[in-house]
Amino acid sequence: MSNTNVQVTNLALEKRKRVSYGMTLLIVGVLMYLFFGLNTQAGVQTTFGLNVAGTQAIVIPDLIVPAQTTIYLMVAIIVFAGAYQLARGVKSTGLLIGIIAFTFVTAFLTWAAQDKSFNLTGMLSSSLVRATPIALAALCGVISERAAVINIGVEGIMLMSAQIAVVTASITQNLYIGLIAAILVGGLVAAFHAFLVIRFKVDQVVSGVAINIIGAGLTSFLSAKYLQSDTLNNSGTFPIISIPILSEIPVLGPTLFANNIIVYLMLVLVVLMHITLFYTPWGLRTRAVGEHPKAADTLGVNVYLMRYVNVIIGGMIAGLGGAYFTIGSVGRFDELMTSGKGFIGLAATIFGKWTPIGAFASSLIFGFADSLQVKLQILRVPIPSEFLLMAPYIVTMIILTGVVGRAIPPAADGQPYEK
Amino acid sequence: MANVLELQGITKRFPGVLANDKIDIALREGKILALLGENGAGKSTLMNILYGLYKPDEGKIFVRGKEVEINGPNDAIELGIGMVHQHFMLIPVMTVVENVMLGVESIKNGLFLDREKVAKRIHEISEQYGLEVDPHAYIQDLPVGIQQRVEIIKVLYRSADILILDEPTAVLTPQEVEGLFKIINTLIKAGKSIIFITHKLKEVIAIADDISVLRLGRMVGSIEPSNATPQKLATMMVGRDVSLVVQKKVAEPKEAVLKVENLFVRDERQNMTVRGVSFEVRKGEVLGVAGVQGNGQTELVYALTGLLPVDGGTIELEGKMLHNATPRQILESGVAHIPEDRQRHGLILNFPIHDNMVLCTYYKEPFAHGVSLQEKPIFSNAEELIKQYDVRTPNIYVNVGTLSGGNQQKVIVAREFSRPIDLLIASQPTRGLDVGSIEYIHLQIIKKRDEGTGVLVVSSELDEILALSDRIAVMYKGQIMDVLDAKQATKEDLGLLMAGIHPEKTSKKK
Repeated sequence: MSNTNVQVTNLALEKRKRVSYGMTLLIVGVLMYLFFGLNTQAGVQTTFGLNVAGTQAIVIPDLIVPAQTTIYLMVAIIVFAGAYQLARGVKSTGLLIGIIAFTFVTAFLTWAAQDKSFNLTGMLSSSLVRATPIALAALCGVISERAAVINIGVEGIMLMSAQIAVVTASITQNLYIGLIAAILVGGLVAAFHAFLVIRFKVDQVVSGVAINIIGAGLTSFLSAKYLQSDTLNNSGTFPIISIPILSEIPVLGPTLFANNIIVYLMLVLVVLMHITLFYTPWGLRTRAVGEHPKAADTLGVNVYLMRYVNVIIGGMIAGLGGAYFTIGSVGRFDELMTSGKGFIGLAATIFGKWTPIGAFASSLIFGFADSLQVKLQILRVPIPSEFLLMAPYIVTMIILTGVVGRAIPPAADGQPYEK
Repeated sequence: MANVLELQGITKRFPGVLANDKIDIALREGKILALLGENGAGKSTLMNILYGLYKPDEGKIFVRGKEVEINGPNDAIELGIGMVHQHFMLIPVMTVVENVMLGVESIKNGLFLDREKVAKRIHEISEQYGLEVDPHAYIQDLPVGIQQRVEIIKVLYRSADILILDEPTAVLTPQEVEGLFKIINTLIKAGKSIIFITHKLKEVIAIADDISVLRLGRMVGSIEPSNATPQKLATMMVGRDVSLVVQKKVAEPKEAVLKVENLFVRDERQNMTVRGVSFEVRKGEVLGVAGVQGNGQTELVYALTGLLPVDGGTIELEGKMLHNATPRQILESGVAHIPEDRQRHGLILNFPIHDNMVLCTYYKEPFAHGVSLQEKPIFSNAEELIKQYDVRTPNIYVNVGTLSGGNQQKVIVAREFSRPIDLLIASQPTRGLDVGSIEYIHLQIIKKRDEGTGVLVVSSELDEILALSDRIAVMYKGQIMDVLDAKQATKEDLGLLMAGIHPEKTSKKK
């Protein structure tokens, strides 16, 4: 008897979920029709550029679509999906979210670029570049928190590293020395954080906030005092390294295989960290220390050592992320130039469920929102630029509250270990 | 036969406490030594010293006749000493393989984890000792009994031949305990030596070759199982004669005080853990809820006391609907709660005894007058209660956290019983208490029953359920399997029900 009751409740629950997802799709579809469909003139075309100017051997034709038809098609897809969801239900919520994201973004871009040309390949390529510091901050979060140390000081670490990188590189006239200096400073600050929270069991959030405040204050002071002239604050940037043959592939080539060294290092780190965490003894021990330090301790794993090393490695990765801001992109330091990318990286850590690949994928979404904002300003979309600037942060909030649901952090995350 | 392990004159002091005082024990090769003692007697400290987690202040340790120094778990493992902890040292989100190899990982290609090799080795150990387990299963999906096997495999994987089992039966059903005993016998046959720590008297007599009893950090003595009786062991453990049987009259149940209908509750992780439970508790009877831990009992009690929202169904207390009422409404309707986790839900450890004694009544006359608390009545209330309920404390001004577990529980009992109640909900009322305190708490519960209060006792200790209950409900996976009359209930039947099997129905079905 009670078994049927369980099924009834579960069914009711399933139904509620199905209806709410179905309605969401329908509502988004209607909104797309109202805002984009009705505001597009019939017969106007949108051009999506697929080539980056002048660099490629193989040129493929641009994608030219009739604007209104495309938007109506997108509306039709999402409404159909919504209706299907209401009637039958789709198992994978990921698919539904994917449909919403794809149709909405396509319709939005088609509307925004109607009667104009919009370079899609350039957009993808700049997404990856803009995702780089976010991904590096996220990787710092992943490796530290896998060992149960929360490091919200990433933002501060990146600021300090960004500054030291440009100053060192300007003095030595060598970008690589600047890069190494940034990584070392990142590791050093993280070591300080680790020392406070592991040795003295200082609250991890308090220590992280302190690092952020010190980072912002110190770099702003030094910048105002010493970096206003070009002698210490003009390093140049890493050149773009195009990988032969691979960079010739249409769309993919300019996006993935024509970047500077920091972007490549970030991609390598994602793969490396994934392998280390899940396929090596070091990773097993790191995860054990983050989940159940006492268990690891009783098996002879040195909990403190594991935490120190992982936090310091995380700091070095954040330092690399800091270097991106100066010697990786503009060649000079400006006050508070990280503008919250470290925090967005921490959000990507959570959204990526504490896995390197997940964190990287989430960073791409944030990077996409960031570069979209820039492109739209160029296109003169009738939305105030202040709102466009908010885009990456709004995406962060939507993702953290809505899409991500309840992510389960490492069980001991944030807790000091006492023998 | 040679002693494979010997401790001589082990002394360990913690600030203010002498945890171990010149303790000598000896483990014979291929034998089972039972280490018996109440909580706080120093068993765990002693074993942690042996496993290298603590350093002794004095004393010597001999392994296979050689004096050794154990500075950490690594040293202990090297010497062939392995420990199965009372609270399992397993990582729920990892697989059996990962848990077993942690710390001594097998490596292939110079760098990568060799999961297959470890799985094979686990398979071999499983076959050899009858410890069946799927090496690639995640720990969180395994029942407690199997998790314990993984713990034992972990120890054997490190080729230990001295095994320390710390309270291994505390979390098991009677059937699982039998399974464990079989495994222990296989281990002994294979030449392993075992230290078995427990406070359960019958088990000791059933399985041990030698028995050593600890009390208050001292060795009380050793005894042969052949001339040990539960009564004798209890006296040794506590230091005075205790009654192991709860003396009670036949219950005289009257009308129902609590009616629960088709109750559904989700736990904090949103899993439906109570799935359609219906029962009633009558005035003047004890309804015992038995079941292996984690089958919805905790959430059932939380829902009844307002700590978790109700997802469906009704709770009726003397005609009043109480599902989704606030804890205060529920308390004021005459419900007393002895919570499962006394330190989290029962007491504020950093508050003095006198404040803890008025936690549910502080806002009422005479303890409060308008917005101000009245010290005098609060103090005199506490003075009276500690006398009446025999709370051993220097005075009423010390923080509750400084009291022993038994005395903390007495503070809760005193507070809850000192106001007029119709229903008593006692969840694991004697968990972690010594035999003396258990006796006292049980007597108080029965006294309340005889005064005409309805009592709901939730416990994972079958002995406790059998001792207290007039009727017994068995919970399994969030549902009540059956409600039995306590007089007709046998341990075997209850054990089967706790494992989700209906004793009579299974034969019929087949």
